[in-house]
Parts: sequence; structure tokens; C-alpha cells
Amino acid sequence: MESKLVKYPVPTEYQSEQGKLNILGFWIFIAAEIALFATLFAVYGVLHPRTANGPSGAEIFVIKDVVIQTLLLLTSSFTAGLVIHQMRQGSVKGLVTWFVITLLLGGGFLFMEIREFIHYVEVGAALQVSAFTSSLLTTLGTHGAHVTLGLIWGICLIIQMLQRGITPKTASKVHIWGIYWHFLDVVWIFIFTFIYVGGLI
Amino acid sequence: MNTEKSFPYSHIVGYLISLALTLATLLVAFKTALPKGTIMLILAAFAVAQAGLQLVMFMHMTEGEDRDSKVVHTIYAIFMAAVIVFGSIWVLTAGHPIY
Repeated sequence: MESKLVKYPVPTEYQSEQGKLNILGFWIFIAAEIALFATLFAVYGVLHPRTANGPSGAEIFVIKDVVIQTLLLLTSSFTAGLVIHQMRQGSVKGLVTWFVITLLLGGGFLFMEIREFIHYVEVGAALQVSAFTSSLLTTLGTHGAHVTLGLIWGICLIIQMLQRGITPKTASKVHIWGIYWHFLDVVWIFIFTFIYVGGLI
Repeated sequence: MNTEKSFPYSHIVGYLISLALTLATLLVAFKTALPKGTIMLILAAFAVAQAGLQLVMFMHMTEGEDRDSKVVHTIYAIFMAAVIVFGSIWVLTAGHPIY
């Protein structure tokens, strides 16, 4: 076993049995998240033409803001990848630096989304207006709630990383957070493509 | 333990491809005169490509001892997602003339 480890070096997050199991367990949780967002997309797909007397997507979506949100989240997904990269270089400083940048980009995304929701309410597209607005705001809100949780989770991990450094235990936690953050970007790609762009053509 | 190159080439390539796919999505959607169905098919292909890129290049799905479990389980989840989305839309909209 010892010689095998030397021959094929394993990243820190896979070095403990618990870390490995936690990462596998989180992938199983991600599958449940995929099913959760699939139900939201299914509801939106069925209900989006039902606008009652309220506005339709094409009337309320602001493509410029949506593109900014997309770029913020896409870039934060890239920098979250660099967090894991720095962790595997053994650099706590690099890890924390990119982690903070990632969370700032995520915070910027969340700020844009809150502004977007305020805009929707102002133009008469509040949650209770129609089946379209209900399904739209539920889908976007569920994604936004996940981003919020990811930000709080990330702040906790930064504090722990500064206190304990890169150990098999903290490394697996950061790796799991990374999976979660990239997953939120994956969900956003589908929201961007099918809800916003699809609604505007 | 250092298992990767010190410069993150694959991350940068992944990021640039993601940006290119996002730009391509906007161009195909707003700068072409194709029928809506064709546009949505192309956009769906772009979205799936970008999601796959995230899974493999950023989420480290295909590494570690448990890689087979992770890959098979995630592919099954994606299959279930497709059944839930397309199945629901098909069952709940087919034959309803509001569309």
C-alpha cells in the first residue's frame, strides 16, 4: 500500500477513508439535487406559457443583466477550480486568495439576482401573479438560495482553513464545496439557456 | 501532495471554452434567422457540452478510486432528469391546444 501511494500520489482530499467516502456521498447528494432542479425545470417547461393577465418572459427579462450574472457565475466557477488547484499545490495562501475572489464573484451574482427580483416585482411580475411568474421565481429562487448557502459555507471553510491548514479532513471539505459550487454553475447554464434565452427568442 | 502541473492550463482552457459556448449561445439565439426549434436544439447541445465540461474538467468527477461509482451514478441522475423534464412536458402539454 505504501509503495502504491508513492507511485501514484493521491491528492490530500482522498488520503483519508472518511474524506473519500464523504466525496462519494456528496456525489450521491448531487444526483438528488439534479432531480430537484429537473422537477423545477419540468414545472417551468409546462407552465411558462400560462401568463394569466401578467407579463411574459420576453416582456420582463433584461438580457444585459442576465449576461452579467452568467459571466459572474462562470468566472466564479473557474476561480473555484483554482481553489482546488492551489490546494493541491499545498498553498494555503493561494487557496484562501482564490476562495475569497470566488465568494466575491458569487456575492456579486447574488446582488444582481436580488436586484432582478425587485425589478420583476416593480414591473408586475411578483410570485403570485401567474403560473409563469410562480414557476420562474421558484426556479430562480431555489438556485439563488443554493448560492446563498454556498457563500455561507465557503466563509466557514475559509475560517477553518486559516485555523487548521490543509489536512485530509479540511481538504475533503473544500473539495466537496467545490463540487457544490460548480454544480450551481451547471444549473445556471440551463437556466440561462432555456429560461432566459429560450424565453427571449 | 503535488499531483498537478503548477500552472492550471486545463482550468484556463475550460474557462475559455465556457465563455466561447456562452457567446455562441447568444449569437445563435439573437443573430441568426433560424427557426426557433432549430435554435433551441443547437442551444441545448451547447448547454450539455458546457455542463459536461464542468463535470469533467472542474468537478473532478473522473478521478479517485470511486470514479466509476461517481460517473455511473451521475449519468443515471442526468437520465432521470431528462425523463422528468421531457416526460412531464410531453404528458402535460400534448393535445392541449393552448399551445
